[in-house]
Amino acid sequence: MQMSTDTDVNWQSEQTDETIDWRDRLHEGFVLRVYEPALIAWNDRRTQTGLVIVVLYLCMALVDLFGLWRDASTSQAPRMLGAFQNWSYPLGTTQSGVDVLALIIDSTPFILQMVLAGGVWATGVAVIVGTISGYKGGLTDSVITAISDFFMSIPGLPLVIVLGITLEPESPLVLGVILTINYWAGLGRSIRSQVLSIRNESYVEASRAMGTNTVRIIRKDILPNLMPYVLVNFVFAARYTIFAAVALYFLGVLPYTGQNWGITLNYAYNQGALFGLEAIHWLLAPIIAIVGLACGLILLSQGMDRIFNPRVRTRLTGESESVESTPEHTTEIR
Amino acid sequence: MNYYLRRTIRIPATILGVATLTFGLIRLLPGGPFTQLRIQLRRRGMDAQEINARIEALQNIRPEKSLPEQYLDYLIGVVQLDLGQSISLNKPVIEVIGQALPWTVFIVVVSTLLMFVLGVLLGSLQAYWEGTTFDSVGSGLSILFMSIPYYIYAVAFLVVLAFSWGVFPTSAAADRSIEAGFTVAYAVSVLHHAALPIISFTIGGVGSTALSMRGNSIQVLGREFVEVARLRGLSDQRIATRYVAMNAILPMYTGLLLLVGFRLGGTVVLEEIFTYPGLGFYLIEGVNANDYPLMMGCFMVITIALVLAVYFADMTYGLIDPRISVGDADEY
Repeated sequence: MQMSTDTDVNWQSEQTDETIDWRDRLHEGFVLRVYEPALIAWNDRRTQTGLVIVVLYLCMALVDLFGLWRDASTSQAPRMLGAFQNWSYPLGTTQSGVDVLALIIDSTPFILQMVLAGGVWATGVAVIVGTISGYKGGLTDSVITAISDFFMSIPGLPLVIVLGITLEPESPLVLGVILTINYWAGLGRSIRSQVLSIRNESYVEASRAMGTNTVRIIRKDILPNLMPYVLVNFVFAARYTIFAAVALYFLGVLPYTGQNWGITLNYAYNQGALFGLEAIHWLLAPIIAIVGLACGLILLSQGMDRIFNPRVRTRLTGESESVESTPEHTTEIR
Repeated sequence: MNYYLRRTIRIPATILGVATLTFGLIRLLPGGPFTQLRIQLRRRGMDAQEINARIEALQNIRPEKSLPEQYLDYLIGVVQLDLGQSISLNKPVIEVIGQALPWTVFIVVVSTLLMFVLGVLLGSLQAYWEGTTFDSVGSGLSILFMSIPYYIYAVAFLVVLAFSWGVFPTSAAADRSIEAGFTVAYAVSVLHHAALPIISFTIGGVGSTALSMRGNSIQVLGREFVEVARLRGLSDQRIATRYVAMNAILPMYTGLLLLVGFRLGGTVVLEEIFTYPGLGFYLIEGVNANDYPLMMGCFMVITIALVLAVYFADMTYGLIDPRISVGDADEY
């Protein structure tokens, strides 16, 4: 191992500096990766709102896990109570006497797990596929592109319906993966085109000339550039997962055991045709739950752009005095 | 090999792949294909041979043949546009699909165009008046509209406008009492029936299109070539359309291509809610009635429609953005 001195140039791409012990490094890492981004994010009203909303849903999941609110069951309350009429049942009750708030809270952990699984699967596969195919090029690229083009040409929901009937998934994690089973293809393609514009940058070429291996180049040189895009798309994938899941439960084509927002929506809608506006609280509760979560996620993604935007970040270190607010850069129109 | 030629060759390959997938999925369906029907027929006292003959007529699957032979039979059937017989509707699947496909294409094309045009207009106006109240209200509304899935609009419109107020019809693609044809009455009826599905499929998309159009336009507005165009004394209108709008729309074109896939898939939910007789509606009908030939036929045709749409977009992309190179990159 070659030690770095004043005159020598160290060609090693990773050098150990003995003067910084791990405690300092940990602290520095914390400030750089957690504290400063959090500070920047918190400065943005959109991120603030988004974060508050998402934390609210996490709290709802915790409430359910610790059993702080009653579980949903039939005839636990008077039938067809409107919202905000009886404070033991704030959101009212259903036609069979189920507490609507309990219905909503009961399904939160399920939905959150599913959303997380869907988002991680879709973006994870897309990043791997997109970076490798974009960076490697040549035959690897052709093969991967052909495969993902195939998956891209299968429309999501119909495939999920057929798979749902075939596999009958009940675990939220499996369900999340099935719902986004071919989501990676389209996302991988757009990540690939982003990588194509980075792969010939001089610093990537320098790494290549030094003989750094492909995985390391992708991880250290290419991926950091893509992180904002990837995170924003993680949120889009998560949103897609909720929308798709609720839609399919609403249609009654996915197998289900417990309760969740889609099923509640389904019952409320079918009863709503009979009861008219009297059942509106029952119909609105799951809708607000879905829309709220999606809205929180989108707001969070809008703010995330700022965390990764170097022009905004330099403001903290005082290097730049005039930083205009930058527009959110996105080509995603899903 | 030429890119366009290669891309064209890939279409039959993709369709073959989809057909194979469909064939495999039919085999994987719970209890294998036609278990339900087999039980029903046996209960009616049919003997095994008769049941097999009946099932063979329903789909090109002969249970006693080997798997490769069944596969080959299935493919030949697909090429001959023979997708089997629908069990619940008692009609050839291809006939059902032939009637359903135009409605689905109509809804998807009209709503996607509307969404794109309205979104681009709104987004560029927001970018033009960046920082004003109009801009912030517009962005807020866009985010709100994006957070609401299209089927929620559908349910809301249906409950309020169709069921409660009776302003719009609750099902079907056209009034049954009016004869189909190129008459004004029929066209009005079709539009009246399609209005709610199209509107609910458009609103959410307008929000996200406007947001990305706004972001892209603001970026383009800051570029030097726009400044130069101003210095050259070009008219504002020319700058707005040729210089800013064109360059802002370009990156959204690939997104649009992906979007068509999502929207084509989304018709399943939309058409089921509005009881609109398109492909998606019959797909769900097939699922609910255990009518596998119908379900798989619809699945395959929706997929083929998407394959062709993506192909079309790929082919035109080079024309729209000449900077795109279609050649291969060097391998590292």
